[in-house]
Amino acid sequence: MNRHLISAADLSRDDALLVLDTAEEMARLADRPIKKLPTLRGRTVVNLFFEDSTRTRISFEAAAKRLSADVINFSAKGSSVSKGESLKDTALTLEAMGADAVVIRHHYSGAPHRLATSGWINASVVNAGDGTHEHPTQALLDAFTLRRHLSGVGRDLAGRRITVVGDVLHSRVARSNVLLLTTLGAEVTLVAPPTLLPIGVEAWPCEVSYDLDAVLAKSDAVMMLRVQRERMNAAFFPTEREYARRYGLDGRRMAVLPEHAVVMHPGPMNRGMEITAEVADSPRCTAVEQVANGVSTRMAVLYLLLGGSEPAQSAPRPDARTAGGPDTADRTEENL
Amino acid sequence: MTTSKTLIRGARLLGGEPRDVLLDGERIAGVGTGLTAAGAREVDAGGLVLLPGLVDLHTHLREPGREDSETVLTGTRAAALGGYTAVHAMANTFPVADTAGVVEQVWRLGRESGYCDVQPVGAVTVGLEGKQLAELGAMADSAAQVRVFSDDGKCVDDAVIMRRALEYVKAFDGVVAQHAQEPRLTQGAQMNEGTVSGELGLTGWPAVAEESIIARDVLLAAHVGSRVHICHLSTAGSVEIVRWAKSKGWAVTAEVTPHHLLLTDELVRTYNPVYKVNPPLRTEADVLALRAALADGTIDCVATDHAPHPHEDKDCEWSAAAMGMIGLETALSVVQHTMVDTGLLDWAGVADRMAARPAAIGRLAGHGRPIADGEPANLVLVDPAYRGTVDPAGFASRSRNTPYQGRELPGKVVATFLRGKATVTDGKLV
Repeated sequence: MNRHLISAADLSRDDALLVLDTAEEMARLADRPIKKLPTLRGRTVVNLFFEDSTRTRISFEAAAKRLSADVINFSAKGSSVSKGESLKDTALTLEAMGADAVVIRHHYSGAPHRLATSGWINASVVNAGDGTHEHPTQALLDAFTLRRHLSGVGRDLAGRRITVVGDVLHSRVARSNVLLLTTLGAEVTLVAPPTLLPIGVEAWPCEVSYDLDAVLAKSDAVMMLRVQRERMNAAFFPTEREYARRYGLDGRRMAVLPEHAVVMHPGPMNRGMEITAEVADSPRCTAVEQVANGVSTRMAVLYLLLGGSEPAQSAPRPDARTAGGPDTADRTEENL
Repeated sequence: MTTSKTLIRGARLLGGEPRDVLLDGERIAGVGTGLTAAGAREVDAGGLVLLPGLVDLHTHLREPGREDSETVLTGTRAAALGGYTAVHAMANTFPVADTAGVVEQVWRLGRESGYCDVQPVGAVTVGLEGKQLAELGAMADSAAQVRVFSDDGKCVDDAVIMRRALEYVKAFDGVVAQHAQEPRLTQGAQMNEGTVSGELGLTGWPAVAEESIIARDVLLAAHVGSRVHICHLSTAGSVEIVRWAKSKGWAVTAEVTPHHLLLTDELVRTYNPVYKVNPPLRTEADVLALRAALADGTIDCVATDHAPHPHEDKDCEWSAAAMGMIGLETALSVVQHTMVDTGLLDWAGVADRMAARPAAIGRLAGHGRPIADGEPANLVLVDPAYRGTVDPAGFASRSRNTPYQGRELPGKVVATFLRGKATVTDGKLV
């Protein structure tokens, strides 16, 4: 694997399967009384969040802590960044503090790529969502979830038909999923009003449809993307109600899906917009399961990027199998 | 550094047969073979191409206001190194060049620099805000004698304001140079809208935002019988519209930048803001259409859109970065690479597109003239056999935001003469 995870395109099929298989091992940890591995003891993981995202941030935080890494949460709000500090100076600061990995969420597309390639920093960079570009760990956790439901642990997603519905234009989740799921052999169909599809989408390795009803019956999974209500104001669609009628998933549409098919949502959901409460709360909806899988998947990513198979330090590691005493992991929440 | 006489020996005039050219004072005093002149400084120009000094219709010199990125002095030194003897300084300074006072200040700074004539461009509207016409007549009548008016950086998007500006400048043979960018279609735009923008998740700047304004403005210019000039034309569709307008006999001219003749939006995949520019880098098909249009004369001239920015404005995230690239010191090399070495244009064609036509559009007397007895001695000597790697460390510009760093480009300016006086010799500033 590369030293960084910026795009789902960075992952070969073998890389992706390695992450997913490793994530399965990590998931088993969740069943133990002490949910912690000593693997990244002495390593420092910085969560650098320029955009509010409690879900993704705590998911990465939980993942790093379960691997016994020191976690530093750096939120742009209320920090030097809000006083005009550049990404470069922030990066140099983190470098000086010895960050081994930087998990970055940024409102600008390409900011993680810049951070990884600019020479400002030596740490591994993990893209936790950049602008309207990519969110590769979301795609990995989605693939992890899909595999459990549709093909089984250890396998890829060959021949599985995944339908992604909603605001593809502004969705980093959609971009990463198209790349990763096709790498894993799935057939992806994007469904959206034409206004919410990017120019050039016909060059993507997937099908495109404007008609949700036409593709439901042959979908093994339907992934509903969050649609911001305010898009209406830029004339992407006429009204919320029209959007929900044409592209929302309700009970009637869910009934058209094959029996084994699942409904996914990366969250947070707009109930009544892209998904009705009936569907969101049904057993076929994997939204909550995706959150749990997110921690296992991010553990696998950090583990593999930071060479977690090697001891992080030569210092003695008491009780290495189930370690994680207070000395190892709790220097957290330092606000830089 | 000045002698009253200079004898250039054996230079290929406009790429043709070797000739000697004698400069006496500010003028050319003889063109022929075996010329002699007592006391003249001799320049051995064997193998070198002699062109009229280049004229740039589109230069951002940043002074007054952003002297951290460029000044009239540093910008004109860069221009001289690039083979230019005249540049048009764009109006988007701080304060904006929308009064006779500001344009005269810039004009005077150019005269004091001595490296290159600086012809100020006046703003079309007060503060470039597109609302109220600036005092175009006062700028035209000032010592700077402004003839080119532009809100460059912003589009004069209001059709009525554009119409009035086109009509008004007829009184003093002016021209409105339009930055064609429909503002609503380009809100938050970061790069060309196409396959690459879709993949990178960057807000697109669609070709139609340029083409729709050009279509409107050529129709307006025809309607009121005025001249319109299209700045930094960047798309194949824009070429078609200009070609059509010219076929009608309308007074439409257009420029293309060196970077739009060479670079494409594929480079944005690096997210390196050195490739961020407005209008954005387009596709390979656009690049080829622009080259063909420059070759057949649909596009009249090459203009650099030299846009200096301080390091920190490029050493950041793509979306936070400033738009623009410097170009004065690399323009001729890029044109040789894309137009001459490809066989699309000969050196006489380069002289036409980089000197004669821009001077004519800007109504700039004394520049872009034939190389002949009695003409002003504004000249540039080029070594077309030179091959080198672009190293911005050697640039005279105060800024370093070149997209060509590390790229091998042909051609080198060996000497530049401004009214008989060498501003560059042996590839170095005098």
